[in-house]
Amino acid sequence: MDTLYTIITYSENFAGILNQITAVFTRRQVNIESLNVCSSSTPGVHKYTITCYCDEETVHLITKQIEKKIDVLQARYYTSDQIFIQEVALFKLSTPKMLEQPDISLTIRQHSAKIVEVNETYSIVNFTGLPEDIDSLYTSLNTLDCVVQFVRCGAIAITKNRRELLDEYLEKINNL
Amino acid sequence: MPTNKITGAEALMRSLEHEGVTTLFGYPGGAIMPSYDALYDHRDTINHILVRHEQGAVHAAQGYARVSGKVGCAIVTSGPGAMNTVTGVADAMIDSTPIVVICGQVGAAFLGTDAFQEVDVIGVTQPISKWNFQIRRAEDVAWAVSRAFYIARSGRPGPVVLDFTKNAQTDLTEYQPKHVDFIRSYRPTPQIDEAAIKAAAKLINHSERPFMLIGQGIELGNARQELLALIEKANIPVGCTMLGLSAIPSDHPLNKGMLGMHGNLGPNVLTNQCDLLIAVGMRFDDRVTGNIATYARQAKIIHFEIDPSEINKNVHADLAVLGDCKETLAAVTKYVQVADNSEWIARFGVYEKEESLKVIEPAIHPTHGPLLMGEVVRRVSELTHNEAVLVTDVGQNQLFGCRYFQFTQSRSVVTSGGCGTMGFGLPAAIGATFGAPDRTVCLFVGDGGLQMTIQELGTIMEQHSPVKIILLNNNYLGNVRQWQYLFFRKRYSFTPMLNPDYEKIAEGYGIKARTVVERTDLDDAIRDMLQTDGPFLLQCAVMEEDNVLPMTPPGANVDEMMLEIK
Repeated sequence: MDTLYTIITYSENFAGILNQITAVFTRRQVNIESLNVCSSSTPGVHKYTITCYCDEETVHLITKQIEKKIDVLQARYYTSDQIFIQEVALFKLSTPKMLEQPDISLTIRQHSAKIVEVNETYSIVNFTGLPEDIDSLYTSLNTLDCVVQFVRCGAIAITKNRRELLDEYLEKINNL
Repeated sequence: MPTNKITGAEALMRSLEHEGVTTLFGYPGGAIMPSYDALYDHRDTINHILVRHEQGAVHAAQGYARVSGKVGCAIVTSGPGAMNTVTGVADAMIDSTPIVVICGQVGAAFLGTDAFQEVDVIGVTQPISKWNFQIRRAEDVAWAVSRAFYIARSGRPGPVVLDFTKNAQTDLTEYQPKHVDFIRSYRPTPQIDEAAIKAAAKLINHSERPFMLIGQGIELGNARQELLALIEKANIPVGCTMLGLSAIPSDHPLNKGMLGMHGNLGPNVLTNQCDLLIAVGMRFDDRVTGNIATYARQAKIIHFEIDPSEINKNVHADLAVLGDCKETLAAVTKYVQVADNSEWIARFGVYEKEESLKVIEPAIHPTHGPLLMGEVVRRVSELTHNEAVLVTDVGQNQLFGCRYFQFTQSRSVVTSGGCGTMGFGLPAAIGATFGAPDRTVCLFVGDGGLQMTIQELGTIMEQHSPVKIILLNNNYLGNVRQWQYLFFRKRYSFTPMLNPDYEKIAEGYGIKARTVVERTDLDDAIRDMLQTDGPFLLQCAVMEEDNVLPMTPPGANVDEMMLEIK
């Protein structure tokens, strides 16, 4: 059974590593659902948050093959219950349609999304939540035929583990 | 103003010397010219071998590395020069061969502009190298070279590509030798888990029918003594992968032969009858396992591996013992009890007899009919007292070579295992003569593969490199023809080959040559070859439609070997 896995990877801040990481997915023919890269809380270390649907055996192999790359510090995979995961979405909606159909603003309120800009042509809605909540809001708004543009960022995630595995690794390696 | 600054190219030469490089295989060209200019002043310490094509440089570096245990090194120019090394880099990756390939590159200011002879070498080699790096500044040379050699040779070895921009070669820098032996994101050798060691020993002690599969990991880890100590104490029979053939002497009583599609009958059949399968430094290639769904299902499996990503990749292991096998094997041996296993070991004898009668004897001691590849291989082996280095190309020459050559010393097999690169043999053999100058290097090559890199005869001529080239000429792409015979209704689609006069070609290169057609001339010709100082081409006119047997057909179960073709 394919499950949504989130692979959290840390690497040195060198050029070309993202390419090396995504190539592992390509070889195994697994599609990346979302990808976020940013600097981590450790100076000089980059964090990659990658989600994909596959079986556990595959995600296990992918994770090990990512970690094998020389400049990758650590790669671990998680199911959604092991992490706190959030995603941001932006919707550009037609203002005339919003005025015509009160259901649109009702839907926005029900999802606790925020209207951040309004003019006579369009309105922009910002929503932060779980990936599936974004799916749900998008589906609802789309049914009301008011979405002009839609964009979402890659999922970002923080582990619920009480231990900080990267810090433990760096401490261990520095003590060698 | 006095300055101790040197060019990046000079820094490269000093860095190579610092890494102990004494032999460099290469081919000059535009973007690497500053480095070649610097090399001109280092000819006393660095022996540069001018190959005839860049592919030859990488394969030679591979051959050098495989027999010497040192890092092989190749240097080429940008664009086409670098691209011609790609096959060799991929080959070294899958066969875990430590090499460093240095490619010239256009100046940093021209990168990305489609400049003359600019190719994205980093992009191309990224998935097929252990590490690659573009040196864009002269001050990074010492660090990059040291890091490259450290990564290439440590842990599970592999190829590293350095893409050296022209400005970094000509710019001036201060030079301080660097010694990289630590990268915080890279753990070449996993820490040994004592619990896994004890668990492995326990499984071995409780096993009644243990069987060990050994691969090139034993050679790479210099673990022959540790291996022998373990198997002799616990009386564990052993099967070798193709790259692991010389990890243990061929005549060792516990050596039960080669694994895989064209391996020996006993080790393949009994893989599916053992109760404990102990894999050491091998990766369960599909050519070894056959049908994975039925592979050793009855057995518990222990996998001794240095590379964690190999665990459970192809075959599920009940127990992984991570680490350098030199250490893990020794650690396990301490806890292993002396065992007899003679009844189990005797079972191999039954299959040995059957294979010997039906396959081996007819192949190596035929009494009539045309010359056979098997007999040529065995006679060359015997007349070198089984002490020579075996280099093969790819195809039937490789399979017969690996089946019938015999080994006494470590690091005696140089063959393209994972990649199956035709054209590998000739340049790899050249490299081997430099990596092991005191040993006899025997190359078995077919008429197909020889022509893929035949230009390297020029290198042999120039270097007087003592390669004993045994050309097993059957006027076919023999292995493909065998498959066509078996699986494509004998439709020989473009496998017959019209050959040139190889003796004349050898003569053109000043290489002594001889052709053997009759069985009665074979010994004399081999002696002639071995007694000749320098290179020799021995062309053997072998049976045209010979087949390598036994064979596990592709996708068949490991214990379903064909002994004959009806």
